[in-house]
Parts: sequence; structure tokens; C-alpha cells
Amino acid sequence: MTDATDPSAQPAAAPQRRSSLLQLDERTRRRNAAEARFRLMGLIAVTIGILAVIGLISSILFNGASSFRQTFITLDVYLDPAKLDKAGTRDPEAISKVTTFGYAPLLQKGLVDTMAAQGIALDGLTAKQAAELISKEAPAQLRRYVMADVSRIGQTVTFDVLAAGRIDGYFKGRVTMESAALDRNVSPEQLMLADRLKEAGMLRTKFNLDFFTAPDASDTRPEAAGLGVAILGSAYMMLVVLVLALPLGVAASIYLEEFAPKNRFTDLIEVNISNLAAVPSIVFGILGLAVFINFAGLPQSAPIVGGLVLTLMTLPTIIIATRASLKAVPPSIRDAALGVGASKMQSVFHHVLPLAMPGILTGTIIGLAQALGETAPLLLIGMVAFVREYPSGPPDGFFEPAAALPVQVYNWTQRGDPAFVERASGAIIVLLVFLVIMNAIAIILRRRFERRW
Amino acid sequence: MSYIKVTASALAIAAVSATSAAARDNVQIAGSSTVLPYASIVAEAFGENFDFPTPVVESGGSGAGRKKLCEGVGENTIDIANSSSRIKQSDIDLCAQNGVTEIQEVRIGYDGIVFASDINGPSFAFTPADWHAALAAKVVKDGQLVDNPNKTWADVRADLPAQDILAFIPGTKHGTREVFDEKVIIAGCEENGTLAAHEAAGAEDAEDACMQLRTDGVSIDIDGDYTETLARVDANKNGIGVFGLSFYQNNTDKLQVATMNGVVPSVESIAKGEYPVSRPLYFYVKNAHLDVIPGMQEYIEFFVSDDMAGPDGPLAAYGLVSDPELAKTQEMVRNRTPMGPLN
Repeated sequence: MTDATDPSAQPAAAPQRRSSLLQLDERTRRRNAAEARFRLMGLIAVTIGILAVIGLISSILFNGASSFRQTFITLDVYLDPAKLDKAGTRDPEAISKVTTFGYAPLLQKGLVDTMAAQGIALDGLTAKQAAELISKEAPAQLRRYVMADVSRIGQTVTFDVLAAGRIDGYFKGRVTMESAALDRNVSPEQLMLADRLKEAGMLRTKFNLDFFTAPDASDTRPEAAGLGVAILGSAYMMLVVLVLALPLGVAASIYLEEFAPKNRFTDLIEVNISNLAAVPSIVFGILGLAVFINFAGLPQSAPIVGGLVLTLMTLPTIIIATRASLKAVPPSIRDAALGVGASKMQSVFHHVLPLAMPGILTGTIIGLAQALGETAPLLLIGMVAFVREYPSGPPDGFFEPAAALPVQVYNWTQRGDPAFVERASGAIIVLLVFLVIMNAIAIILRRRFERRW
Repeated sequence: MSYIKVTASALAIAAVSATSAAARDNVQIAGSSTVLPYASIVAEAFGENFDFPTPVVESGGSGAGRKKLCEGVGENTIDIANSSSRIKQSDIDLCAQNGVTEIQEVRIGYDGIVFASDINGPSFAFTPADWHAALAAKVVKDGQLVDNPNKTWADVRADLPAQDILAFIPGTKHGTREVFDEKVIIAGCEENGTLAAHEAAGAEDAEDACMQLRTDGVSIDIDGDYTETLARVDANKNGIGVFGLSFYQNNTDKLQVATMNGVVPSVESIAKGEYPVSRPLYFYVKNAHLDVIPGMQEYIEFFVSDDMAGPDGPLAAYGLVSDPELAKTQEMVRNRTPMGPLN
């Protein structure tokens, strides 16, 4: 750049009158080469970035897409009164004494009987080994079914139960005959039996709605683990953030931008807001633990605390975005409003704020998206936990334990069973879809409603 | 302006429900990430079989869990702390200072610590002395204490495979590291005579000197969990990782386990006391909460019941070595016997 404007360069070029537009001199060639180099570097940077994103997303999709499908086994179970209701009184109180351990033998017998009816041989496997094809979640499913209506005892019912994690992994390519031979949790014979069940139509892989609705499951049953509690918890937290951060942030920015006097004190506030936006999020978690849990006595692992912490984290983002969009409204609008006799407040709320709204909403959504993906502060307030109970409806649900989406990813990556890798990647996909939707809404709002002057 | 209304009503609702939600009806548990899988298996089964809500189990480490337990008595403190090492006097003092006087110590069983390498590599048969000789900063060579010169396992002991020494051991914040130090490094130090050499050299604390590991990159501390150790072993086929028995049992298709003193680690060999590297797992119960939090007593009794923690229960199937003295623990839990002073 300086070369072009440098007057000392001209006398040097002047003696060579031969220079022409068609024939590049040495200097121009160097300038052009520099530009070409810069373009190339930019292109390389962009390519590396795109490749990284493609690599990341494809590895997540490759690992996680299979979590949206799950293998089920269909079998007929005889709800044996001799096992479930020894007294024969059909008293729910007495039947509830039969634990899930009492239901497992029914499933084992149901599987063996159904296989016999279909003409599938056990082929050297014991009934117990065959029953290991069924998820450990199934007895609980059966017990819930019976407890819902005890008059069902004595009937034979057809059930779709989950297949065990390794069997599911076999049909998704995660488990092979070779790995099964080394694996103490599954044997190649069991996989061959699963193949025969599939041929007979007893075993199917279908869309897994439970992944979105079921709660987390313990380490022994990865096939049953779902995101239900985490999605609900995240939704509650986002609600808290939206309800608290949007009005607070907008009110603070309107005051600072339109009403506050410009002095050292407001400058200090402004600098501090910018600083807060850069504070690592874990700091807000420490603050949340000290203030909301230890001092205010709010419950642990609750979305309300998570929401409050994330509100603190999101506020600076919203304030900065709101102030920027308020600044972008031309002063002539304010002057015109004041000129026709509007009060300061009327000019702001009737004219400036509506025009700034697209920018405010964009900032809010981006702030929310940031909060949705945040894990670190939740570590400290007890949200990184094994939670199986759905929180109840608002407002009580805000005070009951819940998980959150990013936390669920973190939890699952720590589990020993490799099937949880698939679950974690599936959860990442769900989280990414939410983020993409939120950011898309932000972009659409900006494109459609933003006005430029 | 409608925002203000929304905020006001939200705050009002929050204030109202804060009072109604004050009575916590679920058990809150925190602590060791080693105990977490067992606790969550029990919590899950508990929620399925009882009319109480499923307890919430947090991880975060044994020390952090005990500290949380000792924060005080009240609904916003936890009820039970899982721990992979025994409670310390400092924890008990902190508890007493905060009014937590009666704590039950419940031993749920034993956990084995295993050494495993890539499934396609050579097999190893270790002794604690081998591990000390491979990882210690100073070893005895020709009667002299010297900086550790061993490069491969064959340098340590001639009949081990000639594979470069590379170990992924748990970081110092893990409870597993304490056991590793105590049962492998110090035991090995004693076995191969380095302890005596340190004492002879006038070391102030010979055991401390034993525990000094080499810093030339062959012993790598893993501060994350076992999945990280597995990923490291996966990426570095020479590496030998330290795992929990249950984690290894879930990944037998990727890892092969090394023997220790000729014993293959398994639930049986640990229960018999043949495999040397194991440790008890505990949870600590705040007795003051027992009649306040619904289901807490039932959860504790369910945890140590034969159905769960017995040798044929789901915990043993997952890799917990069940406690031969379980009946005594069950009795203790029924009577709510608080723990006595540490001996």
C-alpha cells in the first residue's frame, strides 16, 4: 500500500520511460505476487477450516447417527400369577413387592417359548444366555405394565423389548464376530442366535423415539439411555434465561444508551460489561454455587440455579448486542419524535426500540444458543449428575433435579461401555440441531427485519 | 413493558414455589466417579422398584463428595457421599465443625485395579517390583541408587517383552492413584530392596522417596477418566494403562489384562484376596438426614441388600467384588450405627 503512494518511488521509475501497461515491471510483478500469495493463504486458511468442520461433523454423524435407531425383540410374555401374585388377591400393594428381579425369569421364559413357537433352536446356549439378548431395562418395562393394571396378570401379552447393547451394536456394525469372541459380555453364539431371531422376524431395528424421551440409564443398559430429562432440563434453563436476561438486559441497555448521563461512572460500567462478557464461564459457576446454593439456599442440580447462572453469563452478550442495535438507530428518528412533542420515554419505546428489535432479538438468540451449549458452570452446581426422574411441570419443575444437554454428552463420554460413545455422539447431533435452528432463526430475523440507513 | 410484567410474575412464581419446593423428596448423592456406575445402577433399580423418586447421583471425585457431605445439615446439602478411599480425619473434623456429627461408613465391596495393554501386543506378567523398577525416579543398580536407566520392560526383568516402557497412570487427584502408589509402587519398592537402599542413604521419608516417579515422559499421569486412558492406549500401542476392573470388563475386546504376581485379576481372584491391587469402596451417610429425606434409609438398605451387592447381583456382574462381610454391613445399616473414630 505504501509503495503506491510513496512519492519517492516515482523518480526511480521515471528514467525507465519504457514501462507500459502490457509489460509489467519488476515492482508491479512483486506487488502482484504478494497479492497472489495473500489470496492463496486466505484460501488455504478457509480450506483448512472447512475440512476441520467437515471432519468433525462427519465423525459425529458417523458415530452418532445410529443412535436414532434401536434394535427391539418382539416376544410373548405370560404374566404368571404364580410368580407375580402368589396370594392370588390381585392386591396392588402385594404385587408391588415383586421387584424387577422377579420379572426377569418371566422374560426369559417368554423368549424361550416364543423361540420354540417359531422353531428357533437354542443351539447349545442356555436359556439364561439367550435371555442376555434382552436389555436389563425390559423387566422394569414389564413391571410398569403390570403395575399400571394388575388385572393383566394371567394374560399372555406381546411385548417389544429392547435388545441388549451389544446385540444392538452387532446390527449397527459396532460389534463383530471377532470382537465378540474376545468380549466377555457377549459371545459369537449369542450373535448367531440374534441373526436367527432377525430372520424369523422377532428382532427388528427401528426408529428410536425413546432416545429423545427416555431418561438417562445406568452403565449396564446403554440401549435404554435417552435425552428426555436433559432436553427438558435445558428447556427449563433456557426459559429462565429468556425470562430474566431479556428484560434485564434490554432495560439496562436502554437506560445506559438513552437515559444515563455520560460520565466516568457510566464509562466504568460500560468497560465492566465488556469485561464480563469475556469472563470464563466457570467463574459464573463458582458464583452460582456460593450465592444461589450456599447463600440463598436454592436446591442443587435444579434448572432454576442453572438458569440463573446462565443468565449472568448471557446478560453481557445481550446488553452489548442491544446497545449496538440501539446505537444503529439514526438520531434523526429520535429528534423527529421529540420534535413532534413525544417525551423521551415515548420516543424510545415507540420509535427507537421497535427499530432496534431485530438486532436485540438476534443478540438474545445468539446469547441463548451460547448458554444452551455451556457446560462448565453447570459442573459446580450439581447438574452433572445421574438424573432419571423427569422434573414436573413449571413452576415446581424449576426446583427439581434435571440434567442438561451438554452435560449429558459429558456424562456419556465418561462411561465404560463403548455403546455410550454412540449415545454421546447422538446427543451432540441433537444439540447441534438445536443450535443450528436457533442461529438460523437469528439470521432470518436479521435478514427480514433489519433496516439499514 | 410486557417484559416487566413477565419478569414480575416469574419472580412471584419463583418466590411462591421456593417455599413449596423446599421439602426435597429425592436422595442427593455425590462423590467418587469410581463408585458412580454402581451407585447409578442401584439408584435406577431403586427408582423402578420403590415408590420413591430415583436418587440423583453426582460425580466429581471422592474428596469433593466428602467435603460436600461435611458442608452442614440441611436440605441443600447432600445426603450421601460416595468414596473410593476411606474418609480422612480432616473430613471428620470439618464435618464436626459444621454440625455433621453422626456419619455411617458403609463398605459396599471391593474394586480391582488392573493393568491392561493393547489386545494385539505382547502379554505381560508383572510383579509390583517390576512397576517400581520401571517407573521410579531412582532404582538400585549394582548396589547403588541411580537415576532410572530402564528403557524397555526387558531391561526391568529379562523375561518381560522388550517393549518400550510407557505407562498411563491415574493422576494424583484420583483415589485410584493412592492405591496404585501404596499397593504397587511402595510394595514393589520394598520388594526389590530400593526402600532399604533409600533408608540406608538416609532419606528422611523412604516411602516418599519410593513414590517419586520418573519425569522423562515414560510415566504419564491421566487426570481424566478411564475412557481417556483407553484412548491413549489405543493411540499408543506400547502403552500400558491402569484401569478399574469393571472398565476393563466392558472393553475386553480392545484390552488384554496383565497378571500381577501370577494372578489374573477377576471378581473371584480379588474376592479370595489373591490379586493384590484392590481397594474397598465406601459411601458415607449423613444420619441427620435419615428421617428427613424420604426413601434414604430404604435406598441404603437396598444398596447393601443381597439382591444388589451380593455375589450374584447386578453390581458384581458389572465388576464390583462383593464384600464377604456384607451381612455385617446390612446389620449395621439397619441399626444406623455411626462410625467410630478412625483407627
